Amino acid sequence: MKLAGKKRIWADYQKEIPQDNYFYVRSCIRQNFFPASEVTFLRILRQELGKDIYEHIHHTTCSGIGYHSDVIPLETTMTVVARQFALMTEAGYENYACSCITSFGLYSEILETWKHFPEVLEKVRRDLKAATGREFEVPKHLAHASDIIYKMRHEIASRARYKLVNRYTGQPLRVVEHIGCHYSKMFPSKGVGGAEYPYVLAGMVEAWGGEVVDYPERRHCCGFGFRQYLVQANRGYSVANTQKKFESMAPFKPDMIITNCPGCPYFLDRWQYVIAEMEGKTYGENGFGIPVFTYEEVAGLVLGYDPWDLGLQVHQTAVEPILDKMGVAYNPEKKYLGKDGQNLGHPETPAYSKVY
Amino acid sequence: MATDGQKKVVVIGGGIAGMEAAAQLARMGYDTTIVEKQARTGGNVANWDHLFPEGRLAGEVVQQLYQKLSPVRIITGSSVKKADMLEGQYILTLADGSVLTTDALVVSTGFRTFDAHRKEEYGYGIYDRVITSADLEGMLNEHQPLFPGRHKGPRRVAFIHCVGSRDEKVGNRYCSKACCAMAVKQASKVKELYPDAEVYCFYMDLRMFDRRYEQMYLDAQAKSGVNFIRGRLSEASEDLQGRLVIKAEDTLMSKPLKMTVDMLVLMVGMEPASGARSVAEMLKIPVGHDGFFNATNELLEANCSGTPGVFLAGTCTGPKTIPETIADARAAATAADAYLRKKS
Repeated sequence: MKLAGKKRIWADYQKEIPQDNYFYVRSCIRQNFFPASEVTFLRILRQELGKDIYEHIHHTTCSGIGYHSDVIPLETTMTVVARQFALMTEAGYENYACSCITSFGLYSEILETWKHFPEVLEKVRRDLKAATGREFEVPKHLAHASDIIYKMRHEIASRARYKLVNRYTGQPLRVVEHIGCHYSKMFPSKGVGGAEYPYVLAGMVEAWGGEVVDYPERRHCCGFGFRQYLVQANRGYSVANTQKKFESMAPFKPDMIITNCPGCPYFLDRWQYVIAEMEGKTYGENGFGIPVFTYEEVAGLVLGYDPWDLGLQVHQTAVEPILDKMGVAYNPEKKYLGKDGQNLGHPETPAYSKVY
Repeated sequence: MATDGQKKVVVIGGGIAGMEAAAQLARMGYDTTIVEKQARTGGNVANWDHLFPEGRLAGEVVQQLYQKLSPVRIITGSSVKKADMLEGQYILTLADGSVLTTDALVVSTGFRTFDAHRKEEYGYGIYDRVITSADLEGMLNEHQPLFPGRHKGPRRVAFIHCVGSRDEKVGNRYCSKACCAMAVKQASKVKELYPDAEVYCFYMDLRMFDRRYEQMYLDAQAKSGVNFIRGRLSEASEDLQGRLVIKAEDTLMSKPLKMTVDMLVLMVGMEPASGARSVAEMLKIPVGHDGFFNATNELLEANCSGTPGVFLAGTCTGPKTIPETIADARAAATAADAYLRKKS
C-alpha cells in the first residue's frame, strides 16, 4: 500500500469546516447507545477548546430513520429539516453541526436538492411558513461533529494525556477506522477524504499516535443498514455483514475500532457478543473482543477523561484491554456506579467473550 | 525548405495520425511541418509493445511511419500557442516564440489514456499491484517481469474492461473502442508468458467489431485459456500478503463474486489530449460534451473542422483503432489537399 496514493486522494477531498460558532443537533439514538459521546463532544469543545456551540431545546428528529425506512416521504422530511434550520436562524447561527451520520447525509441530500431545484426550496419555505410561521436561512456550513473533532485533532493532541500507543511495546495502536455509510458514500465531496479512503477518522488516529489498519472489507457495511436491522426477519443479514468484517480484519490484529456513526459502533460492539454466543468465536486478543469506540470517546480517552464518565461501561465488548494498553487510569470498582454513586447493576457474564 | 509557390501545411500533433497525414501531404508536394509537444513522435502507440490483432511490434509500425517523414520538418518539444489569420494564411506562434506561416492546418492532437486514479475504488496509485493497460504495455515493452518477488506458484491476473469508458460516474459515456481487443491481446500475452497463470477478463460486453477480433477472442478462450466474466468490478483492496481482493458481480450467473489476484490491470479508455481544448479554442474548432472535436459533418466531412483550412485527423475526433486512425489521417490529408487546390 502506498500512503502517498492515499494522501493524493485526501488532498482532493478537503472541505471547509468552520472554526467556531456551531448550532449543534444531537442524534435520536446515540444517547441510548453510547450515552456520554455527545456530552463529551460538548465538553471538549466548550471546556477544552473554548468554542461557542449552541443547542436548542426544541430540536427534534430530522426524520432520517423514517425517510430511509420508507415510512416518511422526502417532502415531509425536507419540511422537518427546514424547521431545524429555522431554529438555527432564530438563534443567530450559520454553522450547522450534527451528531448523526444519517442526519448529515440527509442534510447533504436536501441541500443539494435545493441547490439544483430552487423551486423545491421555495415550496419548502412556503410549507414551513404555513405550518409553523417560521422562516429559515440555508446554513452557510454543514459539518458532521466528527469533521469538527478532525479539524481540532492537533489541538486535542497538544492537550493529550494519553496517546494511542501501546505502553508495553511502544508501538502505535493498530486502529480500524469505520465510517458511517451516510457520511460520504452519497456525496464524497462532503466528507473529509472522500468515500473510498476517508480521512476524517484516520486523521484523528494519526494525530493521536495510532496506526490505521486497512483491510479487505474496510468499506463493507457495519451490519446496521436500516432494512437489515429494522425488519426483524432480515437481522441474519445484519450479523452476517458484521461477521464478514471481523473475519476480514482479524488477521491484521487490530487493537481497537473507531467509528463516526450512531449505528456502526453499536452493531460492531453488540454483534461481537452475539457472534461469540452463536459461534464461540472472539476476534480480539486472549478471548476478548475488539473494543469499539466513538470518536468522541477516543478523544475523551486521549484527553484523560475518566472512562466511566465517557460511558464505556455500557459497551458490550470489554474496553479494558485498550485502557490497559494506553495506560489509562481507571477504577474497576466504579465501573457500574452511576453519577450519584448508586450501583447500576452488573450485566450477566457472557458464555464466550471475556469481560473484566 | 519551401520552394517558391509551394504551399505549406502544419500538422499539430506527431502521433501516428499526424505522422501519416504529414507523410501523405509531403508526398502530394506540400511543404509540411509537424509540431509535436513531446520529445519524440509516435504518440501513445510508441509506448505500446505489440499490436492486435496479429501481434506486430508497435515500435516497428512507428518506425515504418517515421521512415516516410524524411521530407517533413519535425519540431518536437514545442506547441502552438497562438494562431492568427492574415491574408489567407495562418501565422502560428510556437511556445519558444518562433513563428510559422501555413496555408492549412491538420490537427491531430490525439488522446491521452484515462487517469485511473479517478476510479478511486480500484486502488490505482494506492495498491502496488494495480496497474493500467498502458503500464502493462510498458512493462512488456521493457521485458520486465510481471510478478517480481519470491512467490513462485501460479499467479492470478484480472483485467478490468471499460475503466473510464462508458462510465457516467467519471463523465465518459462513450466507448473507447480499442480497449476490448487490447484486453484480449494482453490477457493472451500474459498466458503466453506465464502459462500457469489464471487470467480473467471482467467485461460489460465485448465489442469485437473487426472481422479478425472475434477470432482473437475465441482463440483467447480456446487456445490461451483466458476466462471471461461478464461483470464490472466494484472495489479492490489489499490483504495481509499484499495480494488484491476484488469484488464484482457475475451478471450471467447473477452472483456476487470475490477473488484474490496477484495483479489487476485496468483497461484505461481514451480521453482528448490534455492540450486539445486550448487548440480548439485557438482555432475555433467545435468541441463535444466529451471534449473530442466535432467535425462539420460526421458522415460526409468527418475531417473538416468548420474553420477554413483547418482539418481534423485521428483520435482528436473520438476513439479509434490504429487502422482507423491511419485511414482517417489519409482522409484529412486528402481534404486538406482539396482545400489547397481550390484555394490556388
